[in-house]
Amino acid sequence: MEKLVKSQDETMLADSARGFLDDAAPVSALRHLRDAGRTHDPDLWQRICGMGWAGVLIPEDAGGSDMGHAAAGMLAHEMGRTLVNSPFLSSAVIAATALRQVADARAMDAMAAIAAGRTTYALAIDETHKFAPEATAMTAGRSGNGFRLSGTKRFVIDGGFADRILVLARAAEGLTLFDLPADRAGMDRTALNLIDGRDAARITFGNVEATGDDVLGQVGDAMAVLKPALEAGQAALAAEMSGLAAGAFDMTVGYLKERKQFGRPIGSFQALQHRAAHLWCEIEVTASAVLNAGRVLDGNPGEAALAVSLAKARATSTAQLAVMEGVQMHGGIGMTDEYDMGFYMKRARVGAEWLGDYGYHAEQVAALRGI
Amino acid sequence: MHAEGSLTEFRAEIRSWLEQNCPQEMRDGRITDDAICWGGKNWVFSSDAQRLWLERAAARGLTVPRWPSEYGGAGLSRAEEKIFLEEMERINARPPLKSFGISMLGPALLHFGTPEQKGHYLPQIARGEIRWCQGYSEPGAGSDLASVQTRGEDKGDHWLVNGQKIWTSYADKADWIFALVRTDRDAPKHKGISFLLIDMEDPGVTTRPIRLISGASPFCETFFDNVQVPKDRIVGEENRGWDVAKYLLTHEREMISSGGTGLSGGRALGAVMAQMAGEPSLQDPTLRAAAIRCELDALATGLTIERYKDMAEAGNGVGDASAMLKYVGTELNKRRHELIMSACGSDALEWDGPAGSRAADWLRTKANSIEGGTSEVMLTIVARRILGLPGA
Repeated sequence: MEKLVKSQDETMLADSARGFLDDAAPVSALRHLRDAGRTHDPDLWQRICGMGWAGVLIPEDAGGSDMGHAAAGMLAHEMGRTLVNSPFLSSAVIAATALRQVADARAMDAMAAIAAGRTTYALAIDETHKFAPEATAMTAGRSGNGFRLSGTKRFVIDGGFADRILVLARAAEGLTLFDLPADRAGMDRTALNLIDGRDAARITFGNVEATGDDVLGQVGDAMAVLKPALEAGQAALAAEMSGLAAGAFDMTVGYLKERKQFGRPIGSFQALQHRAAHLWCEIEVTASAVLNAGRVLDGNPGEAALAVSLAKARATSTAQLAVMEGVQMHGGIGMTDEYDMGFYMKRARVGAEWLGDYGYHAEQVAALRGI
Repeated sequence: MHAEGSLTEFRAEIRSWLEQNCPQEMRDGRITDDAICWGGKNWVFSSDAQRLWLERAAARGLTVPRWPSEYGGAGLSRAEEKIFLEEMERINARPPLKSFGISMLGPALLHFGTPEQKGHYLPQIARGEIRWCQGYSEPGAGSDLASVQTRGEDKGDHWLVNGQKIWTSYADKADWIFALVRTDRDAPKHKGISFLLIDMEDPGVTTRPIRLISGASPFCETFFDNVQVPKDRIVGEENRGWDVAKYLLTHEREMISSGGTGLSGGRALGAVMAQMAGEPSLQDPTLRAAAIRCELDALATGLTIERYKDMAEAGNGVGDASAMLKYVGTELNKRRHELIMSACGSDALEWDGPAGSRAADWLRTKANSIEGGTSEVMLTIVARRILGLPGA
């Protein structure tokens, strides 16, 4: 396996990503979007696609750069650092990875459309307040040669504006993944405004017609396609959250150096130094798990479940620690909307729940480790 | 850098070497201090197998796999060393030799030693012929290590050393001690220290074991009473011993940090706990949840140690980040042993009960976050040197 250090190419990629985002999508961009009452910035997404990032996991013959999961994680990390609001995870990571498992002519076209920024995707999977794909209740009943989909999907991240929806439903043969246009008749989308300023939809399927062509992969075998896609998404989300933690941490350490009380910088107080140092240690430990997940997905994708769940669980707890410590060490100003720390805290909470929370991934690790 | 192919070859070679050379009795997976050979002039081998294993490994340079072959090592790359360790773990082999010469003094000598010192001391360390102890702490110099008072007076061809060290691990069993000695009393405290090598048999050196809460006495007090130390037994420059001491500490901290991740031979803590408790799986949901959380942290910490070794090999020494590894690793180790004690319940409370040395092992871990620099000192190093937070 590749080493747990960034290669020269990866360092260049991360550096150029940071340079681009500091200019194109600093935290203030998210603030402007929220203040304007919008949950998505199509212009920013086009600029990101122009950087080639939407094709990071897409084969070269479908117009991608095929740089792999570790590289995708590095991009996600940088986006986490400035809280970039984009459908990168939904489209470029999750949907692209699902389509890549199929890789027939239609899937190649769909990937090309993602890489070029012509199509955005969302994944409709949750039905309750928690992530539990195996417990999917939404039905895909047989109807002639096709199916009729009924049920409600919640917490469909980017689902309010996405062009296409990947939706998991239960057919007689078992769980089946459908790839549907978002305007298919019978789909009732309600775009919701989440605490982190982004889009998530509730989508009700009222006997929505789907054909065999709409099935991604095999009927009754959704997981062959969905499991790699979820793992890719979970690893990239972990990377985003490790970037979020690093961004919140940098702000906090900057504040410790600059804020004066009792006639000296508050960062000279040992009580705060030790909290900051402990947090840095947690961030470093999580960074290892995150990079490892990318390396394993690139090198041995069939055996990535442990590495991915480890990364998502650790990133979840570290991001939450980083934002809690961030607010506490900022004091009163950390509680104000005017200050950015609150944005970090809200995104950390959404990221904690998306694609499986700490408990979900801890149980995955426990099962794989025989606990 | 090695191509994948040559690494595959290396694995096959080392596997067959281990197959032929590691005695069966040494494949029991026992890696605690009392099971491993520490070497030294007075070492009594626990078995012929232990002696054979040391001799064969030393002849192949595998007691110190990364050291250059001219000093008794095998000259392995980091990737090769990793393979060697994996193959050792695969057959549950005990390390052939463990010593502070290998983990602490050796790296400092490789970096600061004269050619004569390297040629003299390193091969003896590699063959397990001399056992070292560390003379750093003093009754008045614990976390504030640089305030050492043991002094060395310049007497022309030697230093006359007087003073007292404490927490000198295994000083009663060691042949030599590497010690921090104040050789300039007028200089600022970091500037007047020299790093001296002292023969424990020299007249005027005495030791006294300290009995700990675990019942064991791995630590000693060591006294120097007019000990004459020849001038060629200094490592690095006179009055620049603090540089050597710090360099050595980064290695010591790395060594201590790995204690919490590799204790159970790759098995999950929760599974080990259930087995120790005689339960098919952990029955107490609260304990199980804590074991899972600890497992996640242990896996991620293990990866972090790997990552920092990779970074060190890529040219950036671990440096101050060893403080992070030490802090994280030792706090984790304490958690692991608290959980093991909880899982075993009252079985673990007898000194000589069915659970064997559980209690002693548990108590021993409490020193992990003190020795080699306390957790609080580690956090201060991170805060000041890595995060750049201001001093008081």
